[in-house]
Amino acid sequence: MKNDDIRASLMKRSRAAKNERFGKTLTGLCILIIITVVVSIFFFVASKGLATFFTNKVNLWKFLTGTIWNPGATDAQGNPQVGALPMIVGSFAVTFLAAIVATPFAIGAAVFMTEISPKIGRKVLQPVIELLVGIPSVVYGFIGLSVVVPFVRRTFGGSGFGILSGTFVLFVMILPTVTSMTIDALNSVPRNYREASLALGATRWQTIYKVVLRASTSGIITAIVFGMSRAFGEALAVQMVIGNAMLLPGNLISPASTLTSVLTMGMGNSVMGSLSNNALWSLALLLLIMPLIFNIIIRKIAKKGAIR
Amino acid sequence: MAEPKEMITVQDLHLYYGQQEALRGVTIDFHRNEITAVIGPSGCGKSSLLKTINRLNDLVPDVTVTGTVKLNGQDIYAPNMDAVALRKEVGMLFQQPNPFPFSIYDNVIYGLRISGEKRKNVLDEAVERSLKAAAIWDEVKDRLHDNAMSLSGGQQQRICIARVLATQPKVILMDEPTSALDPISSSEIERTMLKLKDDYSIVIVTRNMQQASRISDRTAFFLAGELIEDGPTRDIFMQPQKKETEDYISGRFG
Ligand SMILES: Nc1ncnc2c1ncn2[C@@H]1O[C@H](COP(=O)(O)OP(=O)(O)OP(=O)(O)O)[C@@H](O)[C@H]1O
Ligand SMILES: [Mg+2]
Repeated sequence: MKNDDIRASLMKRSRAAKNERFGKTLTGLCILIIITVVVSIFFFVASKGLATFFTNKVNLWKFLTGTIWNPGATDAQGNPQVGALPMIVGSFAVTFLAAIVATPFAIGAAVFMTEISPKIGRKVLQPVIELLVGIPSVVYGFIGLSVVVPFVRRTFGGSGFGILSGTFVLFVMILPTVTSMTIDALNSVPRNYREASLALGATRWQTIYKVVLRASTSGIITAIVFGMSRAFGEALAVQMVIGNAMLLPGNLISPASTLTSVLTMGMGNSVMGSLSNNALWSLALLLLIMPLIFNIIIRKIAKKGAIR
Repeated sequence: MAEPKEMITVQDLHLYYGQQEALRGVTIDFHRNEITAVIGPSGCGKSSLLKTINRLNDLVPDVTVTGTVKLNGQDIYAPNMDAVALRKEVGMLFQQPNPFPFSIYDNVIYGLRISGEKRKNVLDEAVERSLKAAAIWDEVKDRLHDNAMSLSGGQQQRICIARVLATQPKVILMDEPTSALDPISSSEIERTMLKLKDDYSIVIVTRNMQQASRISDRTAFFLAGELIEDGPTRDIFMQPQKKETEDYISGRFG
Protein backbone atom coordinates (compact mmCIF):
# COMPACT_ATOMS: atom_id res chain seq x y z
CA MET A 1 0.00 0.00 0.00
CA LYS A 2 2.98 2.21 0.49
CA ASN A 3 3.83 1.56 -3.10
CA ASP A 4 0.31 2.46 -4.08
CA ASP A 5 0.66 5.79 -2.31
CA ILE A 6 3.84 6.52 -4.12
CA ARG A 7 2.37 5.44 -7.41
CA ALA A 8 -0.64 7.63 -6.85
CA SER A 9 1.49 10.62 -6.09
CA LEU A 10 3.65 9.89 -9.08
CA MET A 11 0.62 9.71 -11.34
CA LYS A 12 -0.60 13.17 -10.49
CA ARG A 13 2.69 14.92 -10.42
CA SER A 14 2.20 18.64 -10.82
CA ARG A 15 3.74 20.92 -13.41
CA ALA A 16 5.83 22.57 -10.72
CA ALA A 17 7.22 19.26 -9.61
CA LYS A 18 8.09 18.42 -13.20
CA ASN A 19 9.88 21.72 -13.57
CA GLU A 20 11.75 21.12 -10.38
CA ARG A 21 12.85 17.70 -11.50
CA PHE A 22 13.95 19.10 -14.81
CA GLY A 23 15.95 21.85 -13.07
CA LYS A 24 17.55 19.41 -10.70
CA THR A 25 18.53 17.08 -13.52
CA LEU A 26 19.95 19.93 -15.57
CA THR A 27 22.07 21.43 -12.81
CA GLY A 28 23.11 17.97 -11.66
CA LEU A 29 24.25 17.17 -15.17
CA CYS A 30 26.30 20.36 -15.35
CA ILE A 31 28.03 19.55 -12.11
CA LEU A 32 28.66 16.02 -13.25
CA ILE A 33 30.30 17.25 -16.43
CA ILE A 34 32.49 19.72 -14.56
CA ILE A 35 33.59 17.12 -12.06
CA THR A 36 34.31 14.64 -14.83
CA VAL A 37 36.44 17.18 -16.67
CA VAL A 38 38.41 18.13 -13.58
CA VAL A 39 38.97 14.54 -12.52
CA SER A 40 40.04 13.47 -15.98
CA ILE A 41 42.47 16.36 -16.28
CA PHE A 42 43.98 15.48 -12.97
CA PHE A 43 44.09 11.80 -13.80
CA PHE A 44 45.61 12.43 -17.20
CA VAL A 45 48.31 14.77 -15.95
CA ALA A 46 49.08 12.47 -13.04
CA SER A 47 49.34 9.35 -15.16
CA LYS A 48 51.61 11.05 -17.65
CA GLY A 49 53.61 12.86 -15.03
CA LEU A 50 54.14 9.79 -12.91
CA ALA A 51 55.23 7.76 -15.92
CA THR A 52 58.59 9.49 -15.66
CA PHE A 53 59.12 7.79 -12.34
CA PHE A 54 57.42 4.45 -12.93
CA THR A 55 58.03 3.76 -16.60
CA ASN A 56 61.27 5.61 -17.14
CA LYS A 57 62.49 4.79 -13.62
CA VAL A 58 63.68 8.28 -12.84
CA ASN A 59 64.41 8.79 -9.18
CA LEU A 60 61.94 11.30 -7.67
CA TRP A 61 64.61 12.79 -5.46
CA LYS A 62 66.96 13.20 -8.41
CA PHE A 63 64.14 14.84 -10.33
CA LEU A 64 63.52 17.38 -7.60
CA THR A 65 67.15 18.14 -6.79
CA GLY A 66 69.01 17.57 -10.05
CA THR A 67 70.33 20.68 -11.70
CA ILE A 68 70.76 19.53 -15.29
CA TRP A 69 67.73 19.41 -17.53
CA ASN A 70 68.39 17.60 -20.75
CA PRO A 71 65.83 14.84 -21.12
CA GLY A 72 67.12 13.78 -24.52
CA ALA A 73 70.54 12.80 -23.16
CA THR A 74 71.88 10.54 -20.44
CA ASP A 75 74.75 11.08 -18.05
CA ALA A 76 77.85 8.96 -17.60
CA GLN A 77 75.95 6.29 -15.67
CA GLY A 78 73.25 6.16 -18.29
CA ASN A 79 70.64 7.93 -16.21
CA PRO A 80 68.41 10.44 -17.98
CA GLN A 81 69.19 14.04 -17.09
CA VAL A 82 65.93 15.39 -15.79
CA GLY A 83 66.85 17.66 -12.90
CA ALA A 84 64.03 20.14 -12.36
CA LEU A 85 65.65 22.14 -9.58
CA PRO A 86 66.58 25.14 -11.75
CA MET A 87 62.97 25.57 -12.82
CA ILE A 88 61.60 24.93 -9.37
CA VAL A 89 63.95 27.53 -7.93
CA GLY A 90 63.11 29.93 -10.76
CA SER A 91 59.37 29.53 -10.25
CA PHE A 92 59.53 30.02 -6.51
CA ALA A 93 61.97 32.92 -6.80
CA VAL A 94 59.81 34.97 -9.17
CA THR A 95 56.67 34.05 -7.23
CA PHE A 96 57.96 35.03 -3.80
CA LEU A 97 59.81 38.10 -4.99
CA ALA A 98 56.77 39.34 -6.90
CA ALA A 99 54.60 38.78 -3.82
CA ILE A 100 57.07 40.54 -1.55
CA VAL A 101 57.22 43.56 -3.83
CA ALA A 102 53.48 43.63 -4.52
CA THR A 103 52.34 43.33 -0.91
CA PRO A 104 53.26 46.82 0.37
CA PHE A 105 51.88 48.46 -2.75
CA ALA A 106 48.66 46.48 -2.54
CA ILE A 107 48.18 47.29 1.13
CA GLY A 108 48.99 50.95 0.55
CA ALA A 109 46.55 51.25 -2.33
CA ALA A 110 43.86 49.35 -0.44
CA VAL A 111 44.24 51.51 2.66
CA PHE A 112 44.00 54.62 0.52
CA MET A 113 40.87 53.37 -1.19
CA THR A 114 39.01 52.18 1.86
CA GLU A 115 40.22 54.41 4.69
CA ILE A 116 41.64 57.61 3.30
CA SER A 117 39.77 58.57 0.20
CA PRO A 118 37.02 56.15 -0.77
CA LYS A 119 35.67 58.72 -3.25
CA ILE A 120 38.82 59.04 -5.34
CA GLY A 121 39.32 55.33 -4.84
CA ARG A 122 35.98 54.46 -6.36
CA LYS A 123 36.22 56.99 -9.18
CA VAL A 124 39.84 56.64 -10.24
CA LEU A 125 41.59 53.62 -8.76
CA GLN A 126 38.78 51.07 -9.08
CA PRO A 127 38.53 51.45 -12.89
CA VAL A 128 42.31 51.40 -13.20
CA ILE A 129 42.49 48.15 -11.24
CA GLU A 130 39.73 46.59 -13.31
CA LEU A 131 41.54 47.61 -16.46
CA LEU A 132 44.79 46.08 -15.26
CA VAL A 133 43.06 42.78 -14.47
CA GLY A 134 41.68 42.65 -18.00
CA ILE A 135 44.96 43.11 -19.87
CA PRO A 136 46.06 39.80 -21.47
CA SER A 137 49.34 38.43 -20.19
CA VAL A 138 51.00 38.52 -23.59
CA VAL A 139 50.69 42.30 -23.49
CA TYR A 140 52.39 42.42 -20.10
CA GLY A 141 55.10 40.18 -21.50
CA PHE A 142 55.53 42.37 -24.54
CA ILE A 143 55.85 45.50 -22.43
CA GLY A 144 58.27 43.64 -20.18
CA LEU A 145 60.33 42.63 -23.17
CA SER A 146 60.51 46.09 -24.67
CA VAL A 147 60.71 48.20 -21.52
CA VAL A 148 61.71 46.19 -18.47
CA VAL A 149 64.40 44.03 -20.02
CA PRO A 150 66.33 46.96 -21.58
CA PHE A 151 65.93 48.89 -18.35
CA VAL A 152 67.38 46.06 -16.28
CA ARG A 153 70.18 45.62 -18.80
CA ARG A 154 71.13 49.28 -18.62
CA THR A 155 70.84 49.54 -14.84
CA PHE A 156 72.23 46.24 -13.60
CA GLY A 157 74.17 44.92 -16.58
CA GLY A 158 73.89 41.45 -18.08
CA SER A 159 71.42 40.62 -20.79
CA GLY A 160 68.47 42.04 -18.92
CA PHE A 161 66.70 38.69 -19.06
CA GLY A 162 66.34 36.96 -15.75
CA ILE A 163 64.52 36.63 -12.48
CA LEU A 164 64.53 40.37 -11.84
CA SER A 165 62.66 41.13 -15.04
CA GLY A 166 60.30 38.22 -14.40
CA THR A 167 59.64 39.50 -10.91
CA PHE A 168 58.88 42.94 -12.21
CA VAL A 169 56.40 41.75 -14.81
CA LEU A 170 54.68 39.41 -12.38
CA PHE A 171 54.54 42.14 -9.75
CA VAL A 172 52.53 44.33 -12.10
CA MET A 173 50.36 41.40 -13.11
CA ILE A 174 49.37 40.28 -9.62
CA LEU A 175 49.14 43.75 -8.11
CA PRO A 176 45.54 44.41 -9.17
CA THR A 177 44.33 41.04 -7.92
CA VAL A 178 46.07 41.33 -4.58
CA THR A 179 44.93 44.92 -4.21
CA SER A 180 41.28 44.26 -4.87
CA MET A 181 41.26 41.27 -2.54
CA THR A 182 42.95 43.35 0.14
CA ILE A 183 40.30 46.02 -0.36
CA ASP A 184 37.62 43.40 0.27
CA ALA A 185 39.46 42.31 3.40
CA LEU A 186 39.65 45.86 4.76
CA ASN A 187 36.03 46.56 3.90
CA SER A 188 34.94 43.50 5.82
CA VAL A 189 36.31 44.97 9.05
CA PRO A 190 33.19 46.17 10.87
CA ARG A 191 32.75 49.94 11.02
CA ASN A 192 32.28 49.87 14.74
CA TYR A 193 35.89 48.75 15.34
CA ARG A 194 36.99 51.97 13.74
CA GLU A 195 34.52 53.98 15.81
CA ALA A 196 35.64 52.29 19.01
CA SER A 197 39.27 53.01 18.24
CA LEU A 198 38.71 56.67 17.40
CA ALA A 199 36.50 57.14 20.45
CA LEU A 200 39.40 55.86 22.56
CA GLY A 201 41.54 58.71 21.32
CA ALA A 202 43.37 56.96 18.50
CA THR A 203 44.34 58.93 15.44
CA ARG A 204 43.09 57.80 12.08
CA TRP A 205 46.49 56.36 11.26
CA GLN A 206 46.68 54.44 14.53
CA THR A 207 43.22 53.11 13.85
CA ILE A 208 44.33 51.88 10.44
CA TYR A 209 47.42 50.01 11.48
CA LYS A 210 46.50 48.94 14.99
CA VAL A 211 42.93 47.86 14.34
CA VAL A 212 41.94 47.66 10.69
CA LEU A 213 45.08 46.01 9.35
CA ARG A 214 45.39 43.77 12.38
CA ALA A 215 41.78 42.65 12.22
CA SER A 216 42.08 41.87 8.51
CA THR A 217 45.42 40.06 8.61
CA SER A 218 43.99 36.72 7.57
CA GLY A 219 42.16 38.32 4.65
CA ILE A 220 45.31 40.10 3.52
CA ILE A 221 47.38 36.91 3.72
CA THR A 222 44.74 35.15 1.67
CA ALA A 223 45.05 37.89 -0.93
CA ILE A 224 48.81 37.48 -1.05
CA VAL A 225 48.69 33.71 -1.33
CA PHE A 226 46.12 34.05 -4.08
CA GLY A 227 48.41 36.43 -5.93
CA MET A 228 51.26 33.97 -5.48
CA SER A 229 49.35 31.13 -6.98
CA ARG A 230 48.60 33.34 -9.97
CA ALA A 231 52.24 34.28 -10.32
CA PHE A 232 53.30 30.67 -10.01
CA GLY A 233 51.07 29.58 -12.86
CA GLU A 234 51.75 32.46 -15.23
CA ALA A 235 53.57 31.22 -18.33
CA LEU A 236 53.62 33.49 -21.33
CA ALA A 237 54.69 36.82 -19.86
CA VAL A 238 57.41 35.21 -17.76
CA GLN A 239 58.72 33.17 -20.61
CA MET A 240 59.18 36.35 -22.65
CA VAL A 241 61.45 38.05 -20.12
CA ILE A 242 63.20 35.40 -18.06
CA GLY A 243 65.76 34.27 -20.61
CA ASN A 244 64.90 30.56 -20.58
CA ALA A 245 68.27 29.20 -19.60
CA MET A 246 67.89 25.91 -17.78
CA LEU A 247 70.56 26.70 -15.26
CA LEU A 248 70.40 27.15 -11.57
CA PRO A 249 70.11 30.95 -11.33
CA GLY A 250 73.19 32.40 -9.63
CA ASN A 251 71.81 35.90 -9.33
CA LEU A 252 68.75 37.93 -10.20
CA ILE A 253 69.93 39.17 -13.57
CA SER A 254 71.24 36.00 -15.16
CA PRO A 255 68.88 34.16 -17.49
CA ALA A 256 66.83 31.51 -15.76
CA SER A 257 63.64 29.53 -16.35
CA THR A 258 60.46 28.55 -14.60
CA LEU A 259 58.34 25.41 -14.67
CA THR A 260 55.84 27.14 -16.92
CA SER A 261 58.38 28.58 -19.32
CA VAL A 262 60.07 25.21 -19.81
CA LEU A 263 56.68 23.68 -20.50
CA THR A 264 55.66 26.22 -23.11
CA MET A 265 59.05 26.06 -24.78
CA GLY A 266 59.33 22.27 -24.81
CA MET A 267 55.77 21.21 -25.48
CA GLY A 268 55.95 21.20 -29.26
CA ASN A 269 59.31 19.49 -29.51
CA SER A 270 58.76 16.09 -27.97
CA VAL A 271 57.05 12.90 -28.96
CA MET A 272 54.15 11.61 -26.91
CA GLY A 273 55.28 8.76 -24.66
CA SER A 274 58.97 9.54 -24.87
CA LEU A 275 60.93 10.40 -21.75
CA SER A 276 61.29 14.04 -22.70
CA ASN A 277 57.54 14.24 -23.09
CA ASN A 278 56.85 12.45 -19.81
CA ALA A 279 59.32 14.71 -18.02
CA LEU A 280 57.36 17.73 -19.20
CA TRP A 281 54.21 16.14 -17.81
CA SER A 282 55.97 15.76 -14.49
CA LEU A 283 56.56 19.50 -14.50
CA ALA A 284 52.89 20.00 -15.30
CA LEU A 285 52.01 17.78 -12.37
CA LEU A 286 54.13 19.96 -10.11
CA LEU A 287 52.33 23.02 -11.45
CA LEU A 288 49.03 21.35 -10.69
CA ILE A 289 49.99 20.37 -7.17
CA MET A 290 51.45 23.70 -6.09
CA PRO A 291 48.25 25.76 -6.49
CA LEU A 292 46.50 22.97 -4.63
CA ILE A 293 48.90 23.49 -1.74
CA PHE A 294 48.41 27.25 -1.98
CA ASN A 295 44.68 26.64 -1.84
CA ILE A 296 44.98 24.49 1.25
CA ILE A 297 46.99 27.28 2.88
CA ILE A 298 44.28 29.80 1.98
CA ARG A 299 41.61 27.60 3.52
CA LYS A 300 43.62 27.09 6.69
CA ILE A 301 44.04 30.85 7.02
CA ALA A 302 40.39 31.53 6.29
CA LYS A 303 39.35 29.05 8.95
CA LYS A 304 41.66 30.60 11.47
CA GLY A 305 40.27 34.00 10.56
CA ALA A 306 36.69 32.84 11.03
CA ILE A 307 37.29 31.75 14.60
CA ARG A 308 38.64 35.10 15.63
CA MET B 1 39.44 72.88 45.93
CA ALA B 2 35.80 73.46 45.16
CA GLU B 3 35.10 72.51 41.58
CA PRO B 4 31.96 73.75 39.87
CA LYS B 5 29.37 71.00 39.78
CA GLU B 6 29.00 71.24 36.01
CA MET B 7 31.32 68.91 34.13
CA ILE B 8 29.93 69.63 30.70
CA THR B 9 28.04 72.75 29.73
CA VAL B 10 26.27 72.90 26.41
CA GLN B 11 24.98 76.21 25.16
CA ASP B 12 22.67 76.87 22.23
CA LEU B 13 23.98 73.84 20.37
CA HIS B 14 22.81 73.40 16.80
CA LEU B 15 23.87 70.45 14.72
CA TYR B 16 23.21 69.97 11.03
CA TYR B 17 23.74 66.92 8.86
CA GLY B 18 23.94 68.75 5.55
CA GLN B 19 20.72 70.74 5.51
CA GLN B 20 18.94 68.67 8.13
CA GLU B 21 18.94 70.15 11.62
CA ALA B 22 19.30 67.33 14.16
CA LEU B 23 19.81 69.50 17.26
CA ARG B 24 17.92 72.79 17.48
CA GLY B 25 19.50 74.99 20.08
CA VAL B 26 20.19 72.75 23.04
CA THR B 27 21.30 74.21 26.37
CA ILE B 28 22.04 71.72 29.12
CA ASP B 29 24.55 70.95 31.89
CA PHE B 30 25.90 67.56 32.86
CA HIS B 31 27.10 67.28 36.43
CA ARG B 32 30.28 65.91 37.93
CA ASN B 33 30.06 62.43 39.47
CA GLU B 34 26.46 62.02 38.49
CA ILE B 35 24.64 59.85 36.02
CA THR B 36 22.51 61.82 33.61
CA ALA B 37 19.99 59.89 31.57
CA VAL B 38 19.04 61.22 28.16
CA ILE B 39 15.68 59.95 27.00
CA GLY B 40 13.41 60.64 24.06
CA PRO B 41 11.86 58.97 21.02
CA SER B 42 13.90 57.57 18.16
CA GLY B 43 15.50 60.17 15.94
CA CYS B 44 15.24 63.00 18.46
CA GLY B 45 19.00 63.53 18.40
CA LYS B 46 20.24 61.66 21.49
CA SER B 47 23.12 59.95 19.76
CA SER B 48 23.93 63.14 17.90
CA LEU B 49 24.21 64.99 21.19
CA LEU B 50 26.59 62.39 22.63
CA LYS B 51 28.76 62.46 19.56
CA THR B 52 29.17 66.22 19.78
CA ILE B 53 30.60 65.82 23.27
CA ASN B 54 33.52 63.66 22.08
CA ARG B 55 33.53 65.20 18.60
CA LEU B 56 32.94 61.84 16.97
CA ASN B 57 30.66 63.80 14.68
CA ASP B 58 33.73 65.34 13.08
CA LEU B 59 34.05 62.13 11.11
CA VAL B 60 30.69 62.45 9.41
CA PRO B 61 30.99 64.45 6.22
CA ASP B 62 28.93 67.66 5.97
CA VAL B 63 28.34 68.14 9.66
CA THR B 64 28.00 71.67 10.98
CA VAL B 65 28.03 72.46 14.69
CA THR B 66 27.28 75.88 16.18
CA GLY B 67 27.05 76.93 19.81
CA THR B 68 29.47 76.00 22.55
CA VAL B 69 30.27 72.78 24.36
CA LYS B 70 32.58 73.12 27.34
CA LEU B 71 34.34 70.33 29.18
CA ASN B 72 35.62 71.46 32.55
CA GLY B 73 35.27 75.06 31.38
CA GLN B 74 37.21 74.47 28.20
CA ASP B 75 35.57 75.01 24.83
CA ILE B 76 36.00 71.73 22.98
CA TYR B 77 35.17 73.25 19.60
CA ALA B 78 37.83 75.95 20.02
CA PRO B 79 40.20 76.01 17.05
CA ASN B 80 43.22 74.99 19.11
CA MET B 81 41.39 72.02 20.64
CA ASP B 82 42.71 68.62 19.62
CA ALA B 83 39.86 66.17 19.05
CA VAL B 84 42.17 63.19 19.60
CA ALA B 85 43.24 64.52 23.00
CA LEU B 86 39.61 65.29 23.85
CA ARG B 87 38.56 61.71 23.19
CA LYS B 88 41.06 60.51 25.76
CA GLU B 89 39.15 62.59 28.33
CA VAL B 90 35.71 61.57 27.10
CA GLY B 91 35.21 57.85 26.71
CA MET B 92 32.32 56.30 24.86
CA LEU B 93 30.39 53.07 25.02
CA PHE B 94 28.26 51.97 22.10
CA GLN B 95 24.98 50.15 21.68
CA GLN B 96 26.58 47.06 20.18
CA PRO B 97 29.42 45.73 22.32
CA ASN B 98 32.41 46.30 20.05
CA PRO B 99 35.55 44.75 21.48
CA PHE B 100 38.35 44.37 18.95
CA PRO B 101 38.94 40.81 17.77
CA PHE B 102 42.05 40.67 19.94
CA SER B 103 42.75 39.22 23.35
CA ILE B 104 41.00 40.64 26.41
CA TYR B 105 44.33 42.02 27.57
CA ASP B 106 45.06 43.76 24.27
CA ASN B 107 41.58 45.24 24.25
CA VAL B 108 41.90 46.78 27.67
CA ILE B 109 45.33 48.30 27.08
CA TYR B 110 44.49 49.62 23.62
CA GLY B 111 44.04 53.21 24.79
CA LEU B 112 47.30 53.15 26.74
CA ARG B 113 49.25 51.55 23.93
CA ILE B 114 48.23 54.22 21.45
CA SER B 115 49.34 56.83 23.95
CA GLY B 116 52.76 55.25 23.86
CA GLU B 117 52.71 53.32 27.15
CA LYS B 118 55.00 50.32 26.85
CA ARG B 119 56.01 49.44 30.40
CA LYS B 120 54.65 45.99 31.14
CA ASN B 121 54.04 46.55 34.83
CA VAL B 122 52.02 49.70 34.12
CA LEU B 123 49.94 47.88 31.51
CA ASP B 124 49.41 44.83 33.72
CA GLU B 125 48.34 47.01 36.57
CA ALA B 126 45.95 49.00 34.36
CA VAL B 127 44.37 45.79 33.09
CA GLU B 128 43.69 44.52 36.58
CA ARG B 129 42.42 47.85 37.88
CA SER B 130 40.14 48.46 34.88
CA LEU B 131 38.71 44.96 34.78
CA LYS B 132 38.02 45.15 38.49
CA ALA B 133 36.33 48.52 38.13
CA ALA B 134 34.23 47.12 35.32
CA ALA B 135 33.29 44.21 37.60
CA ILE B 136 34.53 41.50 35.28
CA TRP B 137 37.93 40.71 36.73
CA ASP B 138 36.84 37.53 38.47
CA GLU B 139 35.25 36.15 35.34
CA VAL B 140 38.21 36.69 33.03
CA LYS B 141 41.33 36.83 35.18
CA ASP B 142 42.39 33.34 34.14
CA ARG B 143 41.85 33.92 30.44
CA LEU B 144 43.22 37.38 29.77
CA HIS B 145 44.84 36.17 26.59
CA ASP B 146 41.71 34.62 25.13
CA ASN B 147 39.99 36.42 22.31
CA ALA B 148 37.45 38.94 23.61
CA MET B 149 35.01 37.83 20.93
CA SER B 150 34.59 34.51 22.70
CA LEU B 151 32.80 36.19 25.62
CA SER B 152 29.06 36.70 26.01
CA GLY B 153 27.48 39.97 24.94
CA GLY B 154 27.26 41.28 28.49
CA GLN B 155 30.84 40.32 29.23
CA GLN B 156 31.96 41.95 25.99
CA GLN B 157 30.23 45.18 26.98
CA ARG B 158 32.00 45.13 30.33
CA ILE B 159 35.31 44.57 28.54
CA CYS B 160 34.43 47.68 26.55
CA ILE B 161 33.79 49.53 29.81
CA ALA B 162 37.17 48.38 31.10
CA ARG B 163 38.77 49.49 27.86
CA VAL B 164 37.32 52.97 28.38
CA LEU B 165 38.27 53.06 32.07
CA ALA B 166 41.88 52.11 31.35
CA THR B 167 42.50 55.50 29.76
CA GLN B 168 41.07 57.21 32.87
CA PRO B 169 38.68 59.62 31.18
CA LYS B 170 36.69 62.25 33.05
CA VAL B 171 33.43 61.58 31.30
CA ILE B 172 31.89 58.39 29.96
CA LEU B 173 29.23 58.62 27.29
CA MET B 174 27.00 55.59 26.90
CA ASP B 175 24.73 55.20 23.92
CA GLU B 176 22.10 52.61 24.84
CA PRO B 177 24.77 50.37 26.36
CA THR B 178 22.36 47.64 27.45
CA SER B 179 19.77 47.59 24.70
CA ALA B 180 21.49 44.69 22.94
CA LEU B 181 21.81 42.69 26.15
CA ASP B 182 19.67 40.31 28.15
CA PRO B 183 18.16 41.51 31.47
CA ILE B 184 20.76 39.83 33.66
CA SER B 185 23.71 41.27 31.76
CA SER B 186 21.93 44.63 31.75
CA SER B 187 21.56 44.70 35.49
CA GLU B 188 25.23 43.77 35.88
CA ILE B 189 26.16 46.73 33.70
CA GLU B 190 23.86 48.96 35.73
CA ARG B 191 25.48 47.88 38.97
CA THR B 192 28.87 48.59 37.46
CA MET B 193 27.73 52.07 36.44
CA LEU B 194 26.53 52.93 39.91
CA LYS B 195 29.98 52.11 41.26
CA LEU B 196 31.67 54.17 38.56
CA LYS B 197 29.93 57.42 39.27
CA ASP B 198 32.17 58.14 42.26
CA ASP B 199 35.02 58.66 39.87
CA TYR B 200 33.41 59.57 36.59
CA SER B 201 30.66 61.69 35.14
CA ILE B 202 28.32 59.57 33.09
CA VAL B 203 25.85 60.47 30.37
CA ILE B 204 23.67 57.59 29.31
CA VAL B 205 21.19 57.44 26.48
CA THR B 206 18.50 54.90 27.14
CA ARG B 207 15.10 53.86 25.86
CA ASN B 208 14.38 51.96 28.99
CA MET B 209 12.40 54.20 31.38
CA GLN B 210 12.90 51.87 34.35
CA GLN B 211 16.61 51.93 33.73
CA ALA B 212 16.65 55.71 33.62
CA SER B 213 14.73 55.97 36.87
CA ARG B 214 16.81 53.26 38.58
CA ILE B 215 20.28 54.54 37.91
CA SER B 216 20.27 58.21 36.99
CA ASP B 217 20.55 61.27 39.18
CA ARG B 218 19.26 63.60 36.53
CA THR B 219 17.18 63.04 33.44
CA ALA B 220 16.89 65.07 30.25
CA PHE B 221 14.00 64.56 27.86
CA PHE B 222 14.49 65.39 24.19
CA LEU B 223 11.98 65.66 21.40
CA ALA B 224 12.71 66.43 17.76
CA GLY B 225 16.14 67.89 18.42
CA GLU B 226 15.09 70.04 21.33
CA LEU B 227 15.54 69.68 25.06
CA ILE B 228 12.02 69.70 26.46
CA GLU B 229 12.83 69.32 30.11
CA ASP B 230 15.63 68.30 32.43
CA GLY B 231 16.08 68.05 36.17
CA PRO B 232 16.51 65.54 38.99
CA THR B 233 15.28 62.15 37.83
CA ARG B 234 12.76 61.98 40.65
CA ASP B 235 11.09 65.22 39.57
CA ILE B 236 11.03 64.32 35.90
CA PHE B 237 9.35 61.01 36.61
CA MET B 238 7.07 62.07 39.49
CA GLN B 239 6.00 65.54 38.52
CA PRO B 240 7.04 66.47 34.99
CA GLN B 241 6.43 70.12 34.18
CA LYS B 242 5.71 69.64 30.49
CA LYS B 243 2.86 67.74 28.95
CA GLU B 244 5.17 66.10 26.33
CA THR B 245 7.39 64.70 29.07
CA GLU B 246 4.47 63.26 30.91
CA ASP B 247 3.07 61.70 27.75
CA TYR B 248 6.42 60.14 26.90
CA ILE B 249 7.27 58.65 30.27
CA SER B 250 3.81 57.31 30.73
CA GLY B 251 4.24 55.55 27.42
CA ARG B 252 1.65 57.44 25.45
CA PHE B 253 4.01 57.85 22.50
CA GLY B 254 7.55 57.13 21.40
N1 LIG C 1 25.39 60.45 9.99
C1 LIG C 1 24.20 61.05 9.76
N2 LIG C 1 23.94 61.63 8.57
C2 LIG C 1 22.76 62.23 8.33
N3 LIG C 1 21.77 62.29 9.21
C3 LIG C 1 21.94 61.74 10.41
C4 LIG C 1 23.18 61.08 10.74
N4 LIG C 1 23.07 60.61 12.01
C5 LIG C 1 21.84 60.95 12.44
N5 LIG C 1 21.16 61.63 11.49
C6 LIG C 1 19.83 62.18 11.62
O1 LIG C 1 19.78 63.00 12.75
C7 LIG C 1 18.59 62.79 13.48
C8 LIG C 1 18.94 62.42 14.89
O2 LIG C 1 19.58 61.17 14.88
P1 LIG C 1 20.15 60.47 16.17
O3 LIG C 1 20.85 59.26 15.75
O4 LIG C 1 20.91 61.46 16.96
O5 LIG C 1 18.82 60.09 16.94
P2 LIG C 1 18.62 59.20 18.23
O6 LIG C 1 17.81 60.00 19.18
O7 LIG C 1 19.91 58.68 18.72
O8 LIG C 1 17.74 58.03 17.70
P3 LIG C 1 17.72 56.50 18.15
O9 LIG C 1 16.98 56.46 19.44
O10 LIG C 1 16.97 55.82 17.06
O11 LIG C 1 19.13 56.05 18.27
C9 LIG C 1 17.80 61.73 12.75
O12 LIG C 1 16.81 62.35 11.99
C10 LIG C 1 18.81 61.08 11.86
O13 LIG C 1 18.21 60.69 10.65
MG1 LIG D 1 20.81 56.70 18.86
